[in-house]
Amino acid sequence: MKEVVVLSGKGGTGKTSIAGSFAALAKSKVLVDCDVDAADLHLLLQPAISEKHDFRSGQIAEIDEDKCTHCGLCQELCRFKAIVDFKVDPVSCEGCGFCSQVCPAEAITMRENVAGQWFISDTRYGDLVHARLGIAQENSGKLVALVRQKARELAEKQGTEYIISDGPPGIGCPVISSLSGASLALLVTEPTLSGIHDLERVLEVCRHFGVPAMVCINKYDINEDNVNKIESYCRSQGIETVARIPFNNVVTEAMIHGVPVVEYCRNGVSHKIVALWEKIEQSLKE
Amino acid sequence: MILSVASGKGGTGKTLVATSLAISLKDRCGVQLLDCDVEEPNDHIFLKSVITGRETVCIPVPKVDESKCTFCGKCAEVCAYHAIAVLPKNILVFPHLCHGCGACSYLCPQKAISEEGKEIGVVESGHADGVAFIQGRLNVGEAMPTPVIRKVKERVNHEGISIIDVSPGTSCPVVESIKGSDFCLLVTEPTPFGLNDLILAVETVKKLKVPCGVVINRAGAGNKKMEEYCLKENLPILLTIPLDIEIARLYSRGITLAEGMPQWKGNFTELYDRIQELVNERSRCLKR
Repeated sequence: MKEVVVLSGKGGTGKTSIAGSFAALAKSKVLVDCDVDAADLHLLLQPAISEKHDFRSGQIAEIDEDKCTHCGLCQELCRFKAIVDFKVDPVSCEGCGFCSQVCPAEAITMRENVAGQWFISDTRYGDLVHARLGIAQENSGKLVALVRQKARELAEKQGTEYIISDGPPGIGCPVISSLSGASLALLVTEPTLSGIHDLERVLEVCRHFGVPAMVCINKYDINEDNVNKIESYCRSQGIETVARIPFNNVVTEAMIHGVPVVEYCRNGVSHKIVALWEKIEQSLKE
Repeated sequence: MILSVASGKGGTGKTLVATSLAISLKDRCGVQLLDCDVEEPNDHIFLKSVITGRETVCIPVPKVDESKCTFCGKCAEVCAYHAIAVLPKNILVFPHLCHGCGACSYLCPQKAISEEGKEIGVVESGHADGVAFIQGRLNVGEAMPTPVIRKVKERVNHEGISIIDVSPGTSCPVVESIKGSDFCLLVTEPTPFGLNDLILAVETVKKLKVPCGVVINRAGAGNKKMEEYCLKENLPILLTIPLDIEIARLYSRGITLAEGMPQWKGNFTELYDRIQELVNERSRCLKR
C-alpha cells in the first residue's frame, strides 16, 4: 500500500482540486483529508458520514473560584499568559498542567478537552477519513496523525493499493504530521515568487523527513519565466517536475458543481491531471 | 490601530492585500508591516525590504544534571507532553515535544533541572520604502510556530498603524496572530472552498471578539453565494478585487497591487479609512 500526500507550502495552489481528481482516477484507494483546520476535500467528494467520533486532546485548566485564595502563583508561573485575574483563558491555555500542580489551595483541575471531531464517510470514490478541528483549537498535528492512522487501518482492511491524502499548507506541525512515513509527496506549486519561496521550504521539510518528492506546476501560463526558474531549481535539487497544468476557470466551475475537475470536463487541465496521476502510479511501481 | 489580514483558505490574496495596504499608507505616520505567517513568510518578496536586525527565537527546554538526579520520575509525571522519560538509571529529554512550560524544572525535588534555549526560528526587522518591516521565520523541521509569532508581535508599535499578515487556517498560529487586533480583514475568493473556509475564519475571529470585514478577491471567478453569506451575516464587504490576469501576473513577479497599478492606492487608503471608522464606531458603542 502506497501513500501519496499532496502538499504545497503556499496555500491556494490547487492541492485539493488535484487530490480530488486523484480520488476519481485511482482505482483502489482510501482518501484522507489532512487539512483539518480548513478542510475542503469533502466539497468535491460529497461524503455521506458513516462514523462520527470526538477528538479528545489535551486538557484545559479550570479554577474553582470557591477554593481560590487569589495568591497569584499560577499567574506568575504560567508561561502562556493564560491566567488573568484568576480566570483561565481557554484559547491561551496549552494544557501543561503546571498551575494545577503548584496551586497551594488545590483549586485548579485539568479537564479533558474535546478539540474536534473526525469522521469516516462513504463517497462514490471510496472511503474518506476527514476531520474538523474545533475553532481556535490546538493539536492539529495530533488530529492529522489520527486521521492518517484510521485511513491506514481502513486501507489495510480493504487491501487497497493507495492512500490519497490532501495535505495542509505551511511547514509546521500539521504538515510534518501528514508527511512523515508517506511514500511520496506531490508538491503543487504555482509560478509566482511566493510559490517558489514556499516550495523551497516545503521541499526542505520533505528532505528532512526522508520523503521522496515530485513537483507539479499549476497555472503555469501565468508566468513562464518563473516556470523555468522552478524547473531549473528542481533539476539542481534532483527533483522531477512531472506536470505543467494551465490556468483555466473550469477548475472553479467544477468546484461549484461539487465534482473533481477530471469528471467535470475533458479539456487540457483534465488531460494533464490524468497524465500526472499515471506518472505517479508509474513511479510508485518503480 | 492593529489590523490583521487573515483568510481561512490559503492563496486568496492576504499577502497582496497586506503589502498593498502598507505601501499605500506609507505617508501616514508609524506604519509597520508584521509578517506572522512564519511557516511561509512572503511579504519580504513584495516589499524588497532591507533587513537590519536579526534575533533568534528560542524556547526553554530542560537540561538535566544527572549528578543531582535521583531518577525519581517526578518530571516525567508532570510533563503533559511526554517530553521527558525517566528510566532506572537514565533520563531522556525529547526537545521536539517540549512546549517550554517550565513545570519539570520548578517541581524537581532535587533542583536537578535547569533550562537551556533551543532555537526554533528568527525574527528579522528592517524597513522598506518608509514602512517598518518585521517578519518571523520558523526553522525548517520545527513544528511550533506560535512562540515565533509571539516574538514578532512583541514588536507591535502601539502608536501607529500595525498591519499583521496571518497564516492560512483557523488553528493556534492563526489565533495567536489575530489575538489583540482592533480589526481583522478576511480576504476570500467567491468559490465554494473560499466560502467554506471564510465561514470558519469568521467563527474564529468572533471567538476572539475581534470585529471583521471582508475583501473579495478574484471577483467574477465563482458564484454569488459569497455576497449572500456576507449579507446574511451582516459582514461588510470592504473591497472587491476583480479576477484579472494582469493582477495575477504582477503578483507572480512579486509586485504589489499598489505599486504595479498605482490607481489602486486610493482604494487601499479608502479601505483603511473605512476600517478606522468601523473601529471608532465600535469603541463608541462599547463605551456607551
